[in-house]
Amino acid sequence: MRDVAVVSYAQFAARNEQSRNEIEFLLPVVKEALAPTGLTSQDMGFTVSGSSDYLAGQSFAFVSALDAVGPWPPIAESHVEMDGAFALYEAWVRLQHGDIDTALVYAFGKSSPGDIGRVLSLQLDPYLAGPLWPDAASLAALQARVLLDSGKASEKDLARVVARSRRSALGNPHAQLKGEYDEAALLDEPLYADPLRKHDLPPITDGAAVIVLAAGDRARDLCEKPVWIRGIDHRIDGQALGSRDLSVSPSTTLAGRKAGLGDIGGGVDLAELHAPFSHQELILTEALGLDETRTRINPSGGALASNPVMVAGLVRIGEAAARLAAGDGQTAVAHATGGPCLQQNLVCVLEADK
Amino acid sequence: MSTEPVTAVPVSEIVTPIRLDYRYTPGEASSRFLRGMKEGRILGRRCPSCLKVILPPRGCCSMCGELLGEEVEVKDSGTLVTFAVVNVNFANRTIDLPYVTGEVLFDGADMTTMVLLSGVPLDEVRMGMRVKAVWLPEEQWDYTLANIDHVEPIDEPDADYESFKELL
Repeated sequence: MRDVAVVSYAQFAARNEQSRNEIEFLLPVVKEALAPTGLTSQDMGFTVSGSSDYLAGQSFAFVSALDAVGPWPPIAESHVEMDGAFALYEAWVRLQHGDIDTALVYAFGKSSPGDIGRVLSLQLDPYLAGPLWPDAASLAALQARVLLDSGKASEKDLARVVARSRRSALGNPHAQLKGEYDEAALLDEPLYADPLRKHDLPPITDGAAVIVLAAGDRARDLCEKPVWIRGIDHRIDGQALGSRDLSVSPSTTLAGRKAGLGDIGGGVDLAELHAPFSHQELILTEALGLDETRTRINPSGGALASNPVMVAGLVRIGEAAARLAAGDGQTAVAHATGGPCLQQNLVCVLEADK
Repeated sequence: MSTEPVTAVPVSEIVTPIRLDYRYTPGEASSRFLRGMKEGRILGRRCPSCLKVILPPRGCCSMCGELLGEEVEVKDSGTLVTFAVVNVNFANRTIDLPYVTGEVLFDGADMTTMVLLSGVPLDEVRMGMRVKAVWLPEEQWDYTLANIDHVEPIDEPDADYESFKELL
């Protein structure tokens, strides 16, 4: 395998971006990510994005967003209707071909224009589950109930995840929900979608993220401290929600194994897990075999603090890489998810340049 | 519950209604454009890199990837760059057939805009024809390009092909 590294990362997140459209807030993030590399989008060997037109409610919104990249003269470009982390996977595969050295990956999305809980229902099978219009929070609550009933976690564990996330988010300028919260006080809050409380749900966030990848020596030329992708893999669980045990995430476990997470002796220093709902962090921690006394979980605050849909997974890779580049650890695992109840999962193992 | 076997006749069709409501954000540049339309003005924006006047502006130049610069008011007369005679209506369109949809380069803009063309026999429609906007009555103006009901020919010599061939 060819060594590929994250050489630059930038993001934007806001609660409700009412004045600018997606193109207008994506463009500065593209420029911010490119600036330290000294490259332009025209220099990139490959460009790929992740987004969903259902968020904006406009067909071919992903084509419009290309305006923000400056695609003339024509560039080699692709798109996935998934979180940007899966676009990054495509870029990584493309870089394995060996004929190009750089790739630009971006993700954007506004969750605020529509009813995001209903929009996400369109991910369900359109014949049997979709017509029932179960919103995202209700489906997550079903999963949380299965987890609690399994005896592997309690409501106190959910409150602990939320309190830690918001405390960690204090250091994250892009986080929307942050602060010191008392776990017992969180449990006094009313139930929203039993057994979940409002704080177990992610905030509604508009945002964009951009990562520049480079291969081999080119990565060292372009930045001080490349963060190498040691392994990356994504897997999927069955589509019918009733066909799987929602309290576990076998696709995450398998993706982690294929990405070589087990090859990092003694465990990774930090983990950025894409868990939009508090109980999902517990499922993912178990699925990846992480030890919280060894590995810092979601030092950015995670998706509970800021959750731009279609972007938050790419942000996990970016946040983990940025921390390693800053010397805040040597190894990390980043995870991204898509679909209802952690249906699709991507795992990326990162290591700072020695 | 019935113990009768389920009929073997296949289900050939089901109806699953979908409705999603959105609060659309046009963005800063398009908002300026739409406010201009409300006043009967066509407002483009110039790309600071290639200097082209983009119309309607969506925020950045679709070729250069640069945020748009100065606002430029464009005239409501222009050149028919290309056109199509439409003989088959599509959903929700109530215009009498056949009709002509054209790409018009409004004077002062560097991008064409799609509008309807009327007031000319079909066999006389041609590329390079000079046209002018016919606006709806002012009291009907809203934040929309639809304030221009259609364009119609004006008595000017056709534009030279060389002057618009780059847009084809």
